[in-house]
Amino acid sequence: MRARLLRTVREFFADREVLEVQTATLAAHAVTDTSIESLRVADGAFLQTSPEYQLKRLLAAGAPSIYQMGPVFRAGEAGRLHNPEFTLLEWYRLGFDEVMLMAEVAELVDLVLGPQPVRILTYRELVGTLTGDRDVLDLACADALAKLGGGRVFVTGYPAEQAALARLDSTNPAVAARFELVVDGVEIANGYHELGDAAELRHRFLDDCAVRLRRGHFCPEIDERFLAAMEAGLPDCAGVALGIDRLLMLKMGASSLADVMPFPGDSA
Amino acid sequence: MASYSTNEFRSGLKVLLEGDPCSILENEFVKPGKGQAFNRVKFRNLKTGRVWERTFKSGLRLEAADVLEIDMEYLYTDGEFWHFMKTDGSFEQIAAAEATVVDVKNWLKEQEVFEVTLWNDTPISVTPPNFVELEVAETDPGLKGDTAQGATKPATLSTGATIKVPLFVNIGDVLRIDTRKGEYVSRA
Repeated sequence: MRARLLRTVREFFADREVLEVQTATLAAHAVTDTSIESLRVADGAFLQTSPEYQLKRLLAAGAPSIYQMGPVFRAGEAGRLHNPEFTLLEWYRLGFDEVMLMAEVAELVDLVLGPQPVRILTYRELVGTLTGDRDVLDLACADALAKLGGGRVFVTGYPAEQAALARLDSTNPAVAARFELVVDGVEIANGYHELGDAAELRHRFLDDCAVRLRRGHFCPEIDERFLAAMEAGLPDCAGVALGIDRLLMLKMGASSLADVMPFPGDSA
Repeated sequence: MASYSTNEFRSGLKVLLEGDPCSILENEFVKPGKGQAFNRVKFRNLKTGRVWERTFKSGLRLEAADVLEIDMEYLYTDGEFWHFMKTDGSFEQIAAAEATVVDVKNWLKEQEVFEVTLWNDTPISVTPPNFVELEVAETDPGLKGDTAQGATKPATLSTGATIKVPLFVNIGDVLRIDTRKGEYVSRA
């Protein structure tokens, strides 16, 4: 089943002339994102939590629309829907905005899980508010997602504070050009109309670091190679990361990632 | 005192929550893609038996509860305390207050072994075996030959519990009782 899913994905992108690439799993830098922790190996390099920075460096260097499907690692994430190592599909489409990319995500999911209508809900509709303490919002969002029940839902219009690497909405800077796809209550994908402004990105990374230091956490060095590439120019594009193991879990009707991974968690 | 972090929470772990000893039933790791990690945890309050659900930020620690579940033989009651004895050969005795045995009083039979939950060496709950055998102390005379299903009458057992029994049961009969449902199973 896993092999068939991987083949379906590769055919999907081959048909659309999106190029498969493989970037380094082990790299010098880690994300500053305040809620994602990287695993560090003994020589100081980091196992990548997503191929995002490297894929964007390729795009800045002139690559066409590209995708990568491979292992990523996140420290401290273990549970029914989490495993420290998992398979992430991440793709970037030149000239797309987040709305065009959402349509493509829905097509891929239809292909894998069978066609079904997708609802669109704004973050404000889901959580009830865009402002407030981040911890409270995150918890309210998690609870609201858990209560969504069955079906497919795109959540859009995330608060600007949760833009991550998305640009802000050109008509409403209070929200980000970011979406998530939730299938039967499970978050499957997270996508952006990508922010290419190096100065704004540096500003966001520094904000992340300030939060990390305030919490007494480690803050990795800012990835200057990534910022230099953004300085050189990221073409207008939208990108999305999709959890392959979760998609497989839904396809199999399983309730836990452990059911669809040969060696989950401590058994690896 | 030892403490446990949310990522060490396992089913069966005993911790203190709001001052009460609790046993963890379920621990679910919840994390929105770009958000804080939480743990949604279900506990059983070992004093009241109630199930509590709480959500914590991942990494939070709860103090370990010094809880021990041991088999003990019920000895007797003096009206104020209910006395149990360890079955490990030490003959050590402990006394449980009425509040601890209130749910299980109906099934307390002398020399029967019960699971006693001790918190800081004080009994906080007593769990009976799933089945106990008790003698009928009082009931209407049995109707001989009536073994038909369905019809019942009340019977008072040696422990004072009253249950429904089939019509053929007589005073002095020993009955097998399902303590989880408080129901007659069969004659022993």
